[in-house]
Amino acid sequence: MSQTPGNDIAGWAERLRQGDRRALARAITCVENGEAPAAALLSALYPCGGHAHVIGVTGAPGTGKSTLVNALARAYRRRGLTVGILAVDPSSPFTGGAILGDRLRMRDLAGDAGVFVRSMATRGSTGGLSRMAADAVHLLDAAGYQRIFIETVGAGQDEVEVARLAHTIIVVEAPGLGDDIQAIKAGILETASILVVNKADREGAEQTIASLRMMLDLQHPEQATVSHHGTLMAIAAATPEAPGRWRPPLLAAVATEGRGADEIIDAIEAHRLYLTTTPEGAGLRARRAEIELGHALDEALRHLLAQRVAREEYVRLLEEVIDRRVDPRSAAEQLIRCLCSPGES
Amino acid sequence: MSEERRIRVLVAKPGLDGHDRGAKVVARALRDAGMEVIYTGLRQTPEMIAEAALQEDVDVVGLSILSGAHLALLPRITELLRKNGMADVLVIAGGIIPDEDVPALEAAGIARVFGPGTPTDEIAAYIRQQVAERRQA
Repeated sequence: MSQTPGNDIAGWAERLRQGDRRALARAITCVENGEAPAAALLSALYPCGGHAHVIGVTGAPGTGKSTLVNALARAYRRRGLTVGILAVDPSSPFTGGAILGDRLRMRDLAGDAGVFVRSMATRGSTGGLSRMAADAVHLLDAAGYQRIFIETVGAGQDEVEVARLAHTIIVVEAPGLGDDIQAIKAGILETASILVVNKADREGAEQTIASLRMMLDLQHPEQATVSHHGTLMAIAAATPEAPGRWRPPLLAAVATEGRGADEIIDAIEAHRLYLTTTPEGAGLRARRAEIELGHALDEALRHLLAQRVAREEYVRLLEEVIDRRVDPRSAAEQLIRCLCSPGES
Repeated sequence: MSEERRIRVLVAKPGLDGHDRGAKVVARALRDAGMEVIYTGLRQTPEMIAEAALQEDVDVVGLSILSGAHLALLPRITELLRKNGMADVLVIAGGIIPDEDVPALEAAGIARVFGPGTPTDEIAAYIRQQVAERRQA
């Protein structure tokens, strides 16, 4: 189906490693579509990867994520590092179509051979996005991009999971998007390695910064007390942090002007160093590997199921589940039994 | 596995005119037709468009131009695409393009020019049919 000869995987992988952008772009398409060469390419390239530092950038729509990534990529380029960008936008749940508009904010990067920008649609299936993004990151990594940004809208489990594939997670906030109780809700904020308040020249920026600082103080107390009306209050559950643990810095930025970009990059590099010198870094590597192994296992099982179990059998079971004669878990167990002893169902 | 391969379309505005309403209407219509549309916005150079098409590995490049510079810009884009090894990409154009210029554009590799008032369904149907043929080949 592709113009790049599918049978010459070794040649394709080699061209990708040498920086052939067409080979890389085609490979990402294969990964997105689950086409046959994808698996072979990924396994050929996996051993050459692991050099890139992966940065997840997430936050609500309108906080300026794409513009910020544009500014950060430029700052990295000034430091001589190459940058890959994976910009994820949602697919329509009704038509499956998508408008991928992140490039619109990244036009400063055009014409720079040290930057590769790829837009990706979420395509609906749960877990699918995370797998596609992880594989695309492997490809960008193998192609030699030294810093890789994954940009996603920070809403929904899928996006949170994508962010968890990153080494460093930047959560972007902007003034005027909600009161301070939003800041102490559980969720994506807790995953942040760096917090950025973008559009810091707008009204209300100080309030946003103050409420995020409060949240950080509660989550990462330097001592188990907070100051309230001038008196020190003990915080029940929190214990003083172990010295040396990473405390997410809170940084202000005006991405349209590139303001704050250098400070954010310093913070990313500090976090990178932190991960290489503490046990947390090893833990993170293990967690990322585990997420990916989980995806691969899911996929392999489904694939095996499609091979071993007749479609009719699957549909028959599905109908029984629809009619509530069998519960989904028992149906799944029956299907797994078919896998273990084919022809015996 | 069950999913068919999505059609990816780059919608771009080469040159200097600042009118992007038509491009946005088409982008939205193609999205509603189930395609993935990479929208790159105004004032793109031929180099920017060809590079974006390469990185995004699109099946289709849709160019909207109202400035009158189509005879200069559009052939340059198809030439750069060919240079990038993307001669198989479907390139279509829309905007204000006089009928007498169409043969020259077609000779330069623009598959079809859609004038003002073209129903968006017609564009989507044309893309689907063309991409299906190219994927067979």
